[in-house]
Amino acid sequence: MKNRVIICSTSEMVSIGLAEIIDSMAQFDVVLRLDSPEHLSEKTLATDANLLIIDPTLLGYQNKDFLLNLGKEYPHLVVVALVTSYVDHLHLMPYSAVIEMNDSRQKIINKLNELGTDNTSKRNDDVELSKREIDVLVAVAKGMMNKEIADLMNISIHTVISHRKNITRKTGIKSVSGLTVYALLNNLIDEGELI
Amino acid sequence: MDKTKTPFSKDTKLAELLTEDRRLLQLLPRFGIGLGFGDRSVDYVCQMNHVNTELFLMICYIYSNSDFRPGKEELRHINMSDLLSYLKASHRYYLDERFPHIEAHLQNIIEACGQKYGPMLSHFYKEYKQEVMRHIQYYEEEVVFPYIEALFNGQPTGSYKIDEFEHNHTNIQDVLDDMMNILLKYLPGDILPKERIEISLDIMELSDDLNRHSLIEERILIPYVELLENTQS
Repeated sequence: MKNRVIICSTSEMVSIGLAEIIDSMAQFDVVLRLDSPEHLSEKTLATDANLLIIDPTLLGYQNKDFLLNLGKEYPHLVVVALVTSYVDHLHLMPYSAVIEMNDSRQKIINKLNELGTDNTSKRNDDVELSKREIDVLVAVAKGMMNKEIADLMNISIHTVISHRKNITRKTGIKSVSGLTVYALLNNLIDEGELI
Repeated sequence: MDKTKTPFSKDTKLAELLTEDRRLLQLLPRFGIGLGFGDRSVDYVCQMNHVNTELFLMICYIYSNSDFRPGKEELRHINMSDLLSYLKASHRYYLDERFPHIEAHLQNIIEACGQKYGPMLSHFYKEYKQEVMRHIQYYEEEVVFPYIEALFNGQPTGSYKIDEFEHNHTNIQDVLDDMMNILLKYLPGDILPKERIEISLDIMELSDDLNRHSLIEERILIPYVELLENTQS
């Protein structure tokens, strides 16, 4: 499976140029270009991206926290810095690689290839449900509506729907009653918890 | 009609058509066509059994080619009461034969599951069966079909219109596919594996059949009723 890339930069020139280089690589696909890190987490989920290339200045001071949280939520996500202006090297520490403005095409290609993001040996993730997905599954099995689940977990309805799609993709089960049986069989809930 | 996509015609031998696509065999009882048809053509056998040949072929096409869509002109020529009796016969086949057959096998599996998984599996199936009955028996046969018959005979029809038709077969199929996934993938492996494989094959076949059944409703029944509604309003 190809690597799925999100590019996040305010400069359209930079983002289109970089996308062109990345799309020329067989194992990489740019799935989304953004000009702000808004809703990045949800968009990562929706596009099933595994590589994020982002201008660190977009994240401002919350840089580290932001990456930390993203890493917790998407353990398979690799984050690369796209440096367009001077950034203190300390701020670049959390990134897996750094792409600079004057890097040649070949250099960028080499940097990305060296990341070892091998989407073919991809993550159990394609088979096993993540912690978040299990939470959603349990809520669905208990008969909760998307809106209620969103409120309970403090996420948007859109995210709940994405989780539900992934649950169905991984388990092969579409109906609520089927998911309930799945949850019971896997001891995720007790019969007593059902309404 | 795209001739390349319809490999048989009314002059094809019925027996040949059945070797072409063995799923068509299950259509015969629904049309009331008995066995022993020898080497007669589709048209001949249909006429012998008072079946509308055009309708029979149209349904065969949808069965063997899921992209097939009859044109408006072809729809005008079909016989509505033949189509309804075909659909009703399919319903009887599902409700009186296929589901009870699957249920009987499932019952053995439920018993073998014991107290731990048995009750929930039984509950899952019961809920599903209710949904199937509700859609097929109480909705299609008691609301939709009588409406179409009244419309066809020019009688008063009330406020129902065919664009309200519930495309609920998708849900019926989804749950059926879920049942198969549960049986094959998620129940502990040592519980009646042979029976589970057998019933899964039956479920796949039924799911496929239901899929064709909803295509027939979507591509023949509904467009035809719309034509009828438009000429009467």
